[in-house]
Amino acid sequence: MSVDDRSFSDAQTLRSDPALGTFSEVRTGPVTDWATDFSHTDEEWAQGAIGIWDDLRQRCPVAHTERFGGAWLPTRYEDVAAVAYDTEHFSSRAIIAGNFRPPRDLAPVGGTPPISSDPPFHHDARKLLLPAFTKNAVGRQEESTRAFCSSLIDGFAGRDVVDAAADYAQHIPVRVIADMLGFPPEDGPQFARFVENALEGIDLPPEERLARSSHLFEYLLAQIRDHLEHPREDLTSYLLDAELYGRKLEPAHVAGTMALLLIAGIDTTWSAIGASLWHLAGHPEDRRRLLAEPGLRPTAVEEFLRAYAPVTMARLVKEDLTWRGVEMRAEDWVLLSFPAANRDPAQFERADEVLIDRQVNRHAAFGLGIHRCVGSHLARMELRVALDVWLDRVPEFTLADPAAVRWSTGQIRGPRALPLRLG
Amino acid sequence: MRISIDPSLCQGHGRCYDLAPDLFGADDEGYSVLVHADGLVPDGLEDDARLAADNCPEAAVLVLEEAAR
Repeated sequence: MSVDDRSFSDAQTLRSDPALGTFSEVRTGPVTDWATDFSHTDEEWAQGAIGIWDDLRQRCPVAHTERFGGAWLPTRYEDVAAVAYDTEHFSSRAIIAGNFRPPRDLAPVGGTPPISSDPPFHHDARKLLLPAFTKNAVGRQEESTRAFCSSLIDGFAGRDVVDAAADYAQHIPVRVIADMLGFPPEDGPQFARFVENALEGIDLPPEERLARSSHLFEYLLAQIRDHLEHPREDLTSYLLDAELYGRKLEPAHVAGTMALLLIAGIDTTWSAIGASLWHLAGHPEDRRRLLAEPGLRPTAVEEFLRAYAPVTMARLVKEDLTWRGVEMRAEDWVLLSFPAANRDPAQFERADEVLIDRQVNRHAAFGLGIHRCVGSHLARMELRVALDVWLDRVPEFTLADPAAVRWSTGQIRGPRALPLRLG
Repeated sequence: MRISIDPSLCQGHGRCYDLAPDLFGADDEGYSVLVHADGLVPDGLEDDARLAADNCPEAAVLVLEEAAR
């Protein structure tokens, strides 16, 4: 056992100094052409991303934009897969495409290991997390998740219309990850703000984004210190105690991984639950079939994950590169659109249809290659339980006001307002 | 029929052990392992083996249809 001489005294030591990174000019305004000027922060993307990808796949399969300091958007499955597997030319040093790039020497660790890490460090940082997120391990959360979902539906009593995104889907991953990290459940509303800032505040002035993210690290510091004083059986204590190469993890590694687990598990699962309920609200034939054939629900969940995959990742181009006929520059972003890949007719039969009994479904909702979502088994459990409880308790529901449904912008796609009429 | 897992491709998505738990299990890190180490598929489980292979996102599950018995 090594001596723990780490200092957890200042939130600034928990992340790399943002002043060492680079900022690109914030360019907003309407998109002129999605092939040459795309923006995942545009409202048109929120409303119609699927149509945008389908159009680009046919006429310009690797789209470009000068926004965000330069970014590319492949939309064919084979191209998305090729980038995901190519860690030689594409770095995970930062995975949220925006106007800030952390310093190059942050690789191979990155700010939020292991999602931000490159080989060979990535493998070792990831290995620390895998045992906590196996299917068996997350199964221990299933009973409490089911009870929590049920309590949310108890809260609908007396209401005809509920917002399935804000009143149901959002709360589930917040509670589950707070339990796993050992954070107070009443802190949930703060987490939603941390997540929104990390993932949706992309076009804010960089200084403002960084100021907001310092709130997250101050919160994590308080949790770390509480866990150092009162160790317990949770992921925070586990990370504080974990060793890599014979030493305890660096403070920035502990905090970065905690930030990752907090941010990455919430918006994503929230989006998947919401999108699935949105589909069922608008497709009564599918809803009735899942009521009559509960055994089909796991198959349907995979199809919802394919058709409404919430997560687009990003990579940074390591060095200037000619790739599939385009000239990529070092430090360009590449958006890794697993949702677009999942809609490619060259990879999936009837790709544009949602077939809840699809038997062959090699979708990439949780990524491909070495960065496969560490939380995929947890996300599947939450999604399955959330739909089970909803369908069993609220078998009849419709869209209360289709025009009031609002989808997110940014790399995590899902409904943010979803008014449903119950009964 | 014989099955195998390519460990250089498997990333622990777990589709195989979700869909065909009589043929595939998970190790302590969630990577797939064969329930029957010899890879021989017991009679009646051939469709499960094909389903697992058809749903592996990494194409890490290999099915050899004509294995000698």
